[in-house]
Amino acid sequence: MVDIWNGVSQAFWLMVTLDSALVEISLRSLRVTFTALLIASCIALPLAAFLAVRRFRWRRGIIALLNALMGLPPVVVGLVLYVILSRSGPLGVLGLLFTPTAMIIAQTVIIVPLIASVAHQSIRELWAEYHDLLISMNVTEGQKIRTLLWDSRRALLTAALAGFGRAIGEVGAIMIVGGNIDHATRVLTTAIALETGKGDFGLALALGFVLIGLAVAVNLSIHWLGRTERGDRW
Amino acid sequence: MSRLLPLVAKAATSRRGGRTLVGPVDLRIDGPGITVLIGPNGAGKTSLLNLLHGTARLSGGRIDWACPIDEARHAQAFVFQRPVMLRRSVVDNIAYPLRIRGVPRREALSRAETAAAQVGLAGMLNRDAPRLSGGEQQKLALARALIIAPDVLFLDEPCASLDGRAMREIEQILIQARASGRRLILSTHDMGQARRLGDDVLFLLRGRLHDSGPAAEFFARPRTSRARAFLQGDIVE
Ligand SMILES: Nc1ncnc2c1ncn2[C@@H]1O[C@H](COP(=O)(O)OP(=O)(O)OP(=O)(O)O)[C@@H](O)[C@H]1O
Ligand SMILES: [Mg+2]
Repeated sequence: MVDIWNGVSQAFWLMVTLDSALVEISLRSLRVTFTALLIASCIALPLAAFLAVRRFRWRRGIIALLNALMGLPPVVVGLVLYVILSRSGPLGVLGLLFTPTAMIIAQTVIIVPLIASVAHQSIRELWAEYHDLLISMNVTEGQKIRTLLWDSRRALLTAALAGFGRAIGEVGAIMIVGGNIDHATRVLTTAIALETGKGDFGLALALGFVLIGLAVAVNLSIHWLGRTERGDRW
Repeated sequence: MSRLLPLVAKAATSRRGGRTLVGPVDLRIDGPGITVLIGPNGAGKTSLLNLLHGTARLSGGRIDWACPIDEARHAQAFVFQRPVMLRRSVVDNIAYPLRIRGVPRREALSRAETAAAQVGLAGMLNRDAPRLSGGEQQKLALARALIIAPDVLFLDEPCASLDGRAMREIEQILIQARASGRRLILSTHDMGQARRLGDDVLFLLRGRLHDSGPAAEFFARPRTSRARAFLQGDIVE
């Protein structure tokens, strides 16, 4: 109990004094996750729309695969990426292992299926609603997809948020491909794992609070952005 | 004038899962005017409109426009029996067909405002379209269809959910559209409306074109006993 109270008070002071290590780690976490989120969204959202409007042979299979991949264990993603990126692996020459780039790749792989599945669900509903009108207006495939993405942007934001939550809190994969190197690849989750292991609960708790705070703040601000854009909900 | 017409259908048929929804239908539609499509529920009016418009697959026969089909598709519009609202504002809905055709946003919006005013939606430009009443949605759908100045406009029971006054307004707009050289093909259950608007009549019964011809003649002297019975309001099967 004493340990925890010490930890909480230490955490408090680290935060109010904007401890430089804490700030550095937090910023890196945000940078890695936002980059991964951006890349994942650019892949997953058009893919979701495409899967909703286009009938082709592998469509059902791909949707089932995406749903299955949602539950992909991050440790396994990390392991596979490690093998691919390690010096003797197929992409070893790029020298990406133990860099933030490797961590971004790992998080992207983890959240693309999640974002695509959630987004596909709502885009498919919207498409059922719009189908007759858009077919009648003879829109091109590209216009169709852009219309659906734009008009379901609220649901897509929610899908992206789910991806953000999963990515920022993920530890298994980025620990393996990032290596938790101080001043290079240490992020909130890997630092928490390390400090907890060392028994430094103060720093670990502070990092934990920041992690929760960030997740809540990002959710709230995006929610608020969506709210103000139009008076009510869809 | 109209590059599209005449529209000629030869033995045009639409089938779904072994059932014939409509056809084989032979018809020829030419020049400006209003064709009214009448017949009991389930006669195949909606199916025929979809077939002519190209949104239902032709299972047999052929449908020819005077120009290539891609061009023809772009010069037509369709107003559905149940209007589809994009999850956008009223003005964005009406501007949508213009945006699809590459008209710059500002111009599209200002033209959409004018079009909204013409159907009596001037006061609700920024309302969310899906929250309009049924009648207002119907008017929006009409404005959205007319904004591209289509040579041919298909309307599937456009006044089904409108009160008397709104119906008169809509009919006025349709008459105007005819005067500016368009061909309207409209299905209706309202024989009063069919008489008021129709230049030509297509009378569908169980998927077949039972009778057709100039409206004045059809309404004054129906040629078949079924047409006569239908006009008298009897149940026709
Ligand atoms: N997609 C479909 N699959 C199977 N049957 C269909 C389909 N669409 C329509 N039908 C059937 O085809 C027949 C003609 O339908 P249609 O909607 O064209 O009639 P309608 O004349 O427009 O009727 P209403 O006056 O009620 O609108 C009906 O019996 C209907 O149940
Ligand atoms: Mg119908």
